Amino acid sequence: MIEDEEIDLLLNDVFEIYGYDFANYSKASLKRRIIRLFALDKFPSFAELRYRVRTEEDYLKRFIEEITVNVTEMFRDPAFYKVLRTEVLPILGTKPFIRIWHAGCSTGEEVFSMAILLQEANLLKKSLLYATDLNPSVLEKVRKGIFPLHQMKQYSESYIASGGVKDFSTYYTANYGQAKLNEDLSEKIIISTHNLVSDSSFNEFDLILCRNVLIYFDKDLQERALKLFDESLGALGYLALGSKETLKFSTIQSRYKQLDKEKIWKKTM
Amino acid sequence: MEENNVKNRYKAIVIGGSAGSLSVLFEVFPALKPVLDVAIILVLHRKYSGDSSLSDLLSTKTFLPTKEIDDKDPILPGHVYLAPADYHLLIEKNHFFSLDISEKINYSRPSLDVTFESAADTFGSSLVAMLLSGSNNDGTAGLKAVKDAGGFIIAQNPESAQMPYMPQSAINKMDMDLILDSRGIIDFINTINQ
Ligand SMILES: C[S@@+](CC[C@H](N)C(=O)[O-])C[C@H]1O[C@@H](n2cnc3c(N)ncnc32)[C@H](O)[C@@H]1O
Repeated sequence: MIEDEEIDLLLNDVFEIYGYDFANYSKASLKRRIIRLFALDKFPSFAELRYRVRTEEDYLKRFIEEITVNVTEMFRDPAFYKVLRTEVLPILGTKPFIRIWHAGCSTGEEVFSMAILLQEANLLKKSLLYATDLNPSVLEKVRKGIFPLHQMKQYSESYIASGGVKDFSTYYTANYGQAKLNEDLSEKIIISTHNLVSDSSFNEFDLILCRNVLIYFDKDLQERALKLFDESLGALGYLALGSKETLKFSTIQSRYKQLDKEKIWKKTM
Repeated sequence: MEENNVKNRYKAIVIGGSAGSLSVLFEVFPALKPVLDVAIILVLHRKYSGDSSLSDLLSTKTFLPTKEIDDKDPILPGHVYLAPADYHLLIEKNHFFSLDISEKINYSRPSLDVTFESAADTFGSSLVAMLLSGSNNDGTAGLKAVKDAGGFIIAQNPESAQMPYMPQSAINKMDMDLILDSRGIIDFINTINQ
């Protein structure tokens, strides 16, 4: 059994030594992930896990990778992408220039899905996609644009369900069990680390996507992140969250109007 | 004092089900009292992800307010909560739900083990966990965690289950506090904390 107090001590070390602040994360999720890591790496005692985190910077890297959740997919929730395609992009398309921020983009499947939508709408050339995450390891994968080939069948189905009409396999080259996405999709993607807990707004965007990241935050931290997005959105900009995330607990809600049933809100002022 | 402790002993009932469990719920729900002082939390394996009509359907079967969970919804007594498809359901110490999209467990998301374990950690001895029909062995490890934390564990009687494998696996591994069919489940819930 790992006690809540032990977890607090460990997180406190991580903050004091390395500056990563997990104090306002979902405790239930953190505890589960830490217990999992403790078992995976076969620590004889919690003190040993704590010692390793304190003293080995390389292990800290693994710790961050394992206690955050990086699961992602291309075209996850096809109905969501369909609304982007049919309702959001046509309006963004009237602008001379489109800036999109994927906050907590993980390994980039969502960013590449967006690049495909933009390319199909003939908007990619005048767009910039900012892909950020707190975890540098996942961003390496965004940079490579290589994903496991066996997932492409499902991604292709989701792509079609989102309203895609092309042969999905034209978007990648298959090689030794890997799918390398076409280079032209990466050209407009800008990759950088950004921590939603401690970093501030860095640009003004027309669309911000932050999906399945806020579920790992407590309500206070959610509110802080939502305020950061609010500051970073231009007038009439759009904010997209995960399918079970909501603005209903937030003070920014009054300035936003939800599109259909999907988790996309338009800033009204 | 003592009596007060016994009364309101249980704060939540987590019901885990897989194949064959919906028919049990459709039998149980219409027979429940319209007011209860525990929260009922349903975690079900579902065939089709992204389908949120199940909570609408369930809400036509009971007077208890029923909803599919959004992240950080509070857990209130007398309400029925349904875990959304494709997320694990976690329970915070301050009685809020958190959703989690991490890897499947037992080929399932939501996994019954994940929610049972998280609920055990939060509710300890004020938790009832119930395992219904199903054809895999998700839920067994979770029930063990509930029991170890002092909670009360119930399995659907495998003889009354469309898919006996799941409750039977749990029964084989540990002593249940009760083994019930639908009728027994109704009576248990309607008289809880009395
Ligand atoms: C479940 S993934 C979501 C990926 C993608 N947005 C999606 O919906 O498929 C969550 C991501 O949030 C990132 N994350 C967690 N805390 C963060 C923070 N404070 N700042 C930025 N990113 C964070 C994690 O590293 C992880 O890659």
